[in-house]
Amino acid sequence: MKTNFKQIKEKVIESILMLSSAATSITVILIIFFLFIEGAGVFTKKPIEKGFLLAVNNSNPVSKLDPSQIKDIFDQKITNWSDLGGKDVPIVLFRSGDITDYYSEEELGENFANFPDKINELIANTPGIIAFFSDKYVNEEFKGKELDINKITVYKFLSDEEWFPTAEPVAQMGVKPLIYGTLWVSLGAILLALPIALAAAIYLSEIAKKRTRNLLKPLIELLAGIPSVVYGFFGLVVIVPLIQDLFNLPVGETALAGSVVLAIMALPTIITISEDAMRNTPRAMKEASLALGASHWQTIYKVVIPYSASGITAGAILGIGRAIGETMAVLMVTGNAAVIPSSFLAPIRTIPATIAAELGEAPNGGLHYEALFALGCILFIITFGINMLVEVVTNRNSQKKH
Amino acid sequence: MNKTKLFLMLPLIGMLSCGKAKNEDKATASSGTEVSVTIKGSDTVLPLAQKEAEELMKTNADVSITVVGGGSGVGITAMIDGTTDIAMASRDLKTEEKMKFADKKIEIEEVIIAYDALTVIVNPANKVSKLTREQLEKIFTGEIKNWKEVGGADEKIVAYSRESSSGTYEFFKEEVMDKKNYATDILNLPATGAIVQAVGQTKGAIGYIGLAYETKEVKQLAVSYDQGKTFVEPSIASAKDKSYPISRPLFYMFDKKNADKVKTVVDYALSAEGQKIVGEIGYIPLN
Repeated sequence: MKTNFKQIKEKVIESILMLSSAATSITVILIIFFLFIEGAGVFTKKPIEKGFLLAVNNSNPVSKLDPSQIKDIFDQKITNWSDLGGKDVPIVLFRSGDITDYYSEEELGENFANFPDKINELIANTPGIIAFFSDKYVNEEFKGKELDINKITVYKFLSDEEWFPTAEPVAQMGVKPLIYGTLWVSLGAILLALPIALAAAIYLSEIAKKRTRNLLKPLIELLAGIPSVVYGFFGLVVIVPLIQDLFNLPVGETALAGSVVLAIMALPTIITISEDAMRNTPRAMKEASLALGASHWQTIYKVVIPYSASGITAGAILGIGRAIGETMAVLMVTGNAAVIPSSFLAPIRTIPATIAAELGEAPNGGLHYEALFALGCILFIITFGINMLVEVVTNRNSQKKH
Repeated sequence: MNKTKLFLMLPLIGMLSCGKAKNEDKATASSGTEVSVTIKGSDTVLPLAQKEAEELMKTNADVSITVVGGGSGVGITAMIDGTTDIAMASRDLKTEEKMKFADKKIEIEEVIIAYDALTVIVNPANKVSKLTREQLEKIFTGEIKNWKEVGGADEKIVAYSRESSSGTYEFFKEEVMDKKNYATDILNLPATGAIVQAVGQTKGAIGYIGLAYETKEVKQLAVSYDQGKTFVEPSIASAKDKSYPISRPLFYMFDKKNADKVKTVVDYALSAEGQKIVGEIGYIPLN
């Protein structure tokens, strides 16, 4: 009886353990699915708001425009149809709110009953017009011509250089500056963090006395526990003005500021992992080296560092991983201008910062929302690749040992 | 065998727990106090509506108010779908929205509960003290890049803007920039406080903030909307008498059929106490 009860108990515990591991894996897979399904939506839509259209006068030879051309038209950078392969007619912009400039409230009728007729009339009478309005107001005798807008392709999404997801009438979705910004800042962070972290790890594992190490190690680990907003605020108030003064820049919110903050944040990861790897060097190897007459320093860089190289690499890669995904601190110090960086002293905008800053206002299920998910996919692919790299590096090491 | 069963059960458990959570939501929304009012919309109005709701619920136990942000457009869309009682908005209805309401045969009552003014700020070391709307537009669209073009020192202009999720971003774009897009190299900061901080420490900086956030670390600019004939300094007084051009009313909007239900909330917002809160939050009271 008792053993039976015990068996049941064990079975229950076993199934609970299994359940939680299964739940975790399923959650992960579901999240990835969700991410990619939402993200893929961006490539199935035209970059114009749903239910709206762009129409021109019927005599206008232009019938297809690129999103970037439409943006330039509505920003009044292109003001004549001849620039777009049309006739030499100035462009007249029209948004449905402008209808009151042409017709009085009475003419439009109660509840805008006459809106379809009036807009029809306006488009027919104005050769240079480009009108942006809801497709509900297109009636049967509509005389205008609807403009065709190219869909966003994966290639365009990745290679376009303008990010204006809320631009009206047509959103600009070019993520190239965001990808560059993310990689740029992370690269800077790792260049700054790696030498410092390596030096600290060597000191802690090989040179420092036991008491010093017991004091320093917890301090360094404490760095990992500081919330990233605090780093961001510290960066904004201390590092940004410092960089501005140091390089005599007009503006301190730069990729470099982001890199410095991220480097500080990546330090504990890299130090802890590489120090652990160094301390795993077998005592016999070190003693053999010293017995052969090598000095302490020679032992460190001929024996300890080569032995722990894969651990150091893994630490560095995990550090980059943390830097790439970091949101809040970067959002606060890099200025968030979506331009392709030309130097470390220019503002940049990263993918996580973009998602964090814009998801709040993006309407659920809309194009902007899906574009942000697509950004999430890109970020996921980058970090996934990095994690795979860590796997490969550590695996190579364990094979070498056996 | 055991394993496959478990895998089949998991989604089931998931579904069950989802369903339960939703039921609970509904229960809390409909139970308890007599009137429950939902207010949704503009993030600019949000702090004001929240404070007023808290104060009102303290004194009046019969009303329960839920305030949700998301942006003016979100609130008005919810109003069109009938999922909120009051929409908060930091702008008037757009023609498209009016047409949507007309389609649904909803008559909307708009009540102005306060005013908000945007201040254009620069670094205190900057010589420039006034700009026209056209100059501001050119600065933020990237056509003017140096302060000497608008009568200042030979220094690069560093323009700061809010993130695109902010209603202030849209308002500035529509009112000041003639609906043109911001230049790509404009710096976007996530909060008004960050803009004040950045403009205060950057010599060539220019930015815009709500009047309520103005501090001594930055300099306010006078603005002209008539090609430079008259420049008006931003202040509570000039925003109130509408001589300051970059100001906007803050609205509560509700369905006229629904007027009885929301009366307590709207009346409180217009009462002396409500208007006192307007001042405390940093907006401009009605009178």
